[in-house]
Amino acid sequence: MAQINPQINPLIDLKDIHKVYEMGVEQVRALNGVDLAVQRGEYVAIMGSSGSGKSTLMNLVGCLDTPSSGSYVLNGVAVQELDDSQLAGIRNKEIGFVFQTFNLLARTDALHNVELPLIYAGLSRAERRERASRALEKVGLGARMHHQPNELSGGQRQRVAIARALVNDPSILLADEPTGNLDSATSEEIMALFDELHQAGNTVVLVTHEPDIAEHAWRKVLLKDGKVISDQPTARAESAGSAAAMAAAPVS
Amino acid sequence: MVFLENFRIALAALRANLMRSMLTTLGIIIGVAAVIAVVSIVQGLQYTITQQLQGVGATFMMIQAKNERNFPGMVARQVKLTYEDGQAVEQKVPGVKMLTPTIFGRATVKYKDRKHTPFAIIGVNENWQDVQNQTVDQGRFFSKLDLENRHKVVVVGSKVVDELNLGPEPLGKEIYLDIYPATIIGIMEHKGQSLGMDADDLVFVPFDSALNLFGRNAGDQVQLRLQADNAESVEPVKDHITRLLRQRHRIPPAEPDDFQIQTQDEILNTVNTILGSITAVVGGVVGIALLVGGIGIMNIMLVSVTERTREIGVRKAVGARRQDVLIQFLIEAVTLSLIGGGIGLALGYGLGAMAAKMIPGFPAAHVPLWAVGLAIGFSAGVGIFFGIYPAAKASRLDPIEALRYE
Repeated sequence: MAQINPQINPLIDLKDIHKVYEMGVEQVRALNGVDLAVQRGEYVAIMGSSGSGKSTLMNLVGCLDTPSSGSYVLNGVAVQELDDSQLAGIRNKEIGFVFQTFNLLARTDALHNVELPLIYAGLSRAERRERASRALEKVGLGARMHHQPNELSGGQRQRVAIARALVNDPSILLADEPTGNLDSATSEEIMALFDELHQAGNTVVLVTHEPDIAEHAWRKVLLKDGKVISDQPTARAESAGSAAAMAAAPVS
Repeated sequence: MVFLENFRIALAALRANLMRSMLTTLGIIIGVAAVIAVVSIVQGLQYTITQQLQGVGATFMMIQAKNERNFPGMVARQVKLTYEDGQAVEQKVPGVKMLTPTIFGRATVKYKDRKHTPFAIIGVNENWQDVQNQTVDQGRFFSKLDLENRHKVVVVGSKVVDELNLGPEPLGKEIYLDIYPATIIGIMEHKGQSLGMDADDLVFVPFDSALNLFGRNAGDQVQLRLQADNAESVEPVKDHITRLLRQRHRIPPAEPDDFQIQTQDEILNTVNTILGSITAVVGGVVGIALLVGGIGIMNIMLVSVTERTREIGVRKAVGARRQDVLIQFLIEAVTLSLIGGGIGLALGYGLGAMAAKMIPGFPAAHVPLWAVGLAIGFSAGVGIFFGIYPAAKASRLDPIEALRYE
C-alpha cells in the first residue's frame, strides 16, 4: 500500500499478515494476508461481521497474539520477533486496551484499577497515585477515585477503563466494542470522550460492528474472511476535509 | 516495590474470601500448633531437667541395681545393691569424695491431729547435702553423730511444714512417722515443683531409721549417690567401682553387670534421647498435618486461579509478564500458609502454656527460637511447594482466552 507521506514511518505497520489456527485436523485461516498501516494521530475503525477476523486482528495489533506469518512493526519495533515477556512490556508501554465488558478488578477502587499498568511499569507508589488521579480527572471521574466498580454506572466504569488505558501514555488506544454494553445516551458520551482524546493527539483504533459507532472515526477499515475489503475515510472525515485526514487516508 | 504490591494484593484477595481462607489454612494452623505445643512442653521439661542435673555438678554419679526384666511366668534373680556395697565403695575406691546411700519409701507423718503423706520419705546419711547440692534453710542437716547414735531426728521440706500446720517455729517439734517419733531439726530450702514431683514435699530421715520404717528388705535396693573428687576422676572412679562391685557380687567375666553407674552426662543423654524421640514422633505426625494443609492450599489456589481467570487476563493485557503473575499467586499461597503458621504458633504456645499450668509440678512451657523459625520456615515452604503449581498455571494462561472467560 503506497503512502502519501512515505518519509513518515507508520505507527502501526502490518504487512501480509496471516493467522492460522489449528482446530484439530482442520486449519482455520483467521487472517489471510492483511496489509494495514496506521499513522500517529489517526482515528481508525475496524469493522466486520463476526468471523471476519477483526477480533484476531485486534489481538495482533494489541500484541496479545503473534501472527503465523507476515511482519508487524509497531512504533519502530518488529513485534513478531519478540518473546512473551517482551510482548508484555510492549502492551504495557504502547497499548491501552478498552474492553466491551470494562474488565475492571472487582473490590478494587477506581484509583487502584487505573494504577494497574503503572505497577508493571515499575513506578513508585507516589508516582502511580499521582498519574492515576490525573488520568481519572482527564476522563471526568476526579470525584469518584475511591469508588469501587460496583458503585459506578456502566458509563463511569468505562471511563475508569479508559483512564487505565491512558495512564501509561500508550501509542495506541485500542478499543474493542467499547459501547457494546452501554445504552445509546451513555454510548454517545463515551464516543465523545474518544473524540476528545483523539483531538488531544492520541491514536485511536476502534473495533466495532456498529456502523454508527464507526462513523465517529475518521477512517473505516472493513474486513471480510480475513482480508481487508475496503479502507476509506468516513463521511465525517470527508465533510471535514481536514488535511490530517487527507494525509492519513491511503490511496486505494 | 512490586513484591510489596503483590503482598498487598494477596492480603486483599485473602480478605475478600476470609472464611474460605481461614478454613483452608486450618491444616497448617493445626500442624504448627501441634508442633509448637509439644516442643514447648518438651523443651520446658528438658530445660528443667538439665538445670537440676547441672545443679548436682559434673562429678555427680549414681549407682543402682539393674533388675532383669520380669517376663510373665519367669522369676528373675533378685539383684541387690546394699548399704555394705556403699561402704565398700566409699572405703576402697580412691577419688570418691563423699557418698550417701539412699532409699525411698512412703509413710504417713503425723503432728497432733494433722496427718499427711508426703511424696517420699528418703533415708540418707550426713553427706546428702553435699552430694546433692541441696541445703537446709533453717536448723541443720543430720550430722555423723546423729547417724552413729541413731538419733530420732528428721529434716522436712517446706510443704510438709504447711501440711502438718507446724507453725512459724517448726524446729524442735516432735512428729510421728507411722509409729516412730522424731524431732524436726531442719527445714529444706525451697525447691518448687518439677517433673510432676514436689521437691518440697519430702521428709529426710537418717538411713537406719528409714530401714526401720520400711523394713529390712528395703536395704537390698539401695541407691548410691556420690561425688567424685573432680571431673577427671569420674571415669577412673567409675571403672574402679565396676571392678569392685563385680567382685563383691561374684559376677563371672562373661556376665553383664547387675548394677548401673550413671554419671551426670549419661543421665542428661538418656533424658535427651527420650525427649528427642518424642519430638521426632510428633514431628512425623506434624509432617502429615502440613502435607494435608498444603494440599488444601493447593486446592484453594487452583479454585482461586480459575475464579480470577479474567483478572489474570486483564493483568496480562496491561503488561503483567508471566513471572509477575507467577509471583503474585505464589505470594498469595505463601501468605496464606504463613498466616496459618503464625496463628498456629500463637495457638500452640497457648496450648503448651495451658497444659504446663494445668499439670501440677510441670515446668513452664518454653518455645525456643529454632522452633519458631522452623514453624515459620516450614509453613512458608509448604506455601511455596503447594503454591507453585497453581501459580504456574495462572502464569501460563493465554491472555486472549483469559479475557474471554465467563
